[in-house]
Amino acid sequence: MRDVAIIGVGMMKWGELWEKSLRTIFVETALAAIDDAGIDHLDAMYIGCMSSGLFVGQEHLGSLLADYLGQKPIPAARVESACASGGLALRQGFIDVASGMNDFVLVGGIEKMTDLNANEVTYALGTAADQEYEGYHGITFPGLYALIARAHMEKYGTTREQLAMVAVKNHDNGALNPLAQYPFKITVEAVLNSPLVADPLRVLDCSPITDGAAAVILAPVEVAKKLNKPIVKIIGSGHATDSIALAHREDITWLEAVYQSARKALAMAGKKIEDIDVFEVHDCFTIAEICIIEALGLVEKGKGGQAVEAGLTRIDGPFPVNPSGGLKAKGHPVGATGVAQAVEIVKQLRGEAGRRQVKGARLGLTQNMGGTGGSSVVHIFAAE
Amino acid sequence: MPTPARYWREIPQRYRLEAGRCRRCGFIAFPPRLICPGCRSREFEIIKLAEEGRVISYTIIRVPPHQFVDQAPYAVGIVELDDGVKLMGQIVDCPFEELRTGLRVRIEFRKIMEEGEAGIIYYGYKFVPA
Repeated sequence: MRDVAIIGVGMMKWGELWEKSLRTIFVETALAAIDDAGIDHLDAMYIGCMSSGLFVGQEHLGSLLADYLGQKPIPAARVESACASGGLALRQGFIDVASGMNDFVLVGGIEKMTDLNANEVTYALGTAADQEYEGYHGITFPGLYALIARAHMEKYGTTREQLAMVAVKNHDNGALNPLAQYPFKITVEAVLNSPLVADPLRVLDCSPITDGAAAVILAPVEVAKKLNKPIVKIIGSGHATDSIALAHREDITWLEAVYQSARKALAMAGKKIEDIDVFEVHDCFTIAEICIIEALGLVEKGKGGQAVEAGLTRIDGPFPVNPSGGLKAKGHPVGATGVAQAVEIVKQLRGEAGRRQVKGARLGLTQNMGGTGGSSVVHIFAAE
Repeated sequence: MPTPARYWREIPQRYRLEAGRCRRCGFIAFPPRLICPGCRSREFEIIKLAEEGRVISYTIIRVPPHQFVDQAPYAVGIVELDDGVKLMGQIVDCPFEELRTGLRVRIEFRKIMEEGEAGIIYYGYKFVPA
């Protein structure tokens, strides 16, 4: 396998982009990544997208987006693993470059969500759950994570306030990110007084509905070195699956696919979790970030809430989590999220993260999750 | 929305609680499977699920998917049946303030949703306090 570097990143302001179509959002973001890399052609593309079919009635994205990016006839494929589609697209691009098949590979993520109303979006996202044995009974994604949250609170004593502190911390970080959908601070009181969506989770426990894209350009390290650009290497990649039906898990508070994907990525990188300086993880709901830091091995099982309360995950804490603002404040255009996590880590490792810079960061980790943990993709990045 | 054929295929599970029990290791698959995720055996016998169990976790859905808009708010939980099988379903005939983990429930056959005035009426299992 060849060593793989990220030589360019692109991301634009996320939000409710009424005036822009899926293809426009993607192309302007992909062009930003191509310009950042300073290259004049691509050899292949992978696009993470959960459900353009349900959100805008458009499938066959690989060809559509390669064409509108002016790149046909290069090979281009859409990659789908629910909300982990972006992370999985990155893994496919990594494998493609590492294998020697292609040199310049664009990995993009895109979701255009705001053309539907909230109930329709709830339905579309719900298709990432088991349609016949979960969706049939009227469960939603906030509802599934609410089941996890209640179980975690009762088993480990995690408090309602600790859940709120995840959102507050991520908004503190997002306030420093000009590309975030919600670049402002919130308070614990605001979270606790926001409307209930699925008890015990409230509106401000949930990541928002977002239009947005993200893109990175991959190249072999030996090719990247000739471009005189800052190089961030991908040194580990792990992917794992689990039952998508929550009821089929032995313990609904434990994210086994997150544990397995992190274990594989760390082994490939030859690193321990405590070696990593900065983390971007999949906080689709506040409880998710708590369960993820436990499954990554940053804290013991059941101690995630206490870790957040103690400030361990803040930008200036011992293991900064989601300096970008996370899904909560930055936004969550589902297929784009996994790629945007890589964009943030590259900025952090290049020292280009501005006021949210984690000082001296040399190693970063992304964790991107599908459904309630039915899939998880972890990547580890190193500053050259 | 399920088509009639898609709905009809699941009737053995939704109406009769039919599950598959692995002849080698005893794992109960609901819905039935072709290969056991534990021991990889392909030999199953059809059994019927236990009809009582206890609530493992629950929530109250206040922002529903579009086909459940007329039912919200409603409770959904994961129940561990007395045979060890866990499954998801609505918890009904129980005031929200009496919901708790550990609550004993039993399965009843109920209407799940309906598809307008001329469409399919969907039935299946729900949980009620035992």
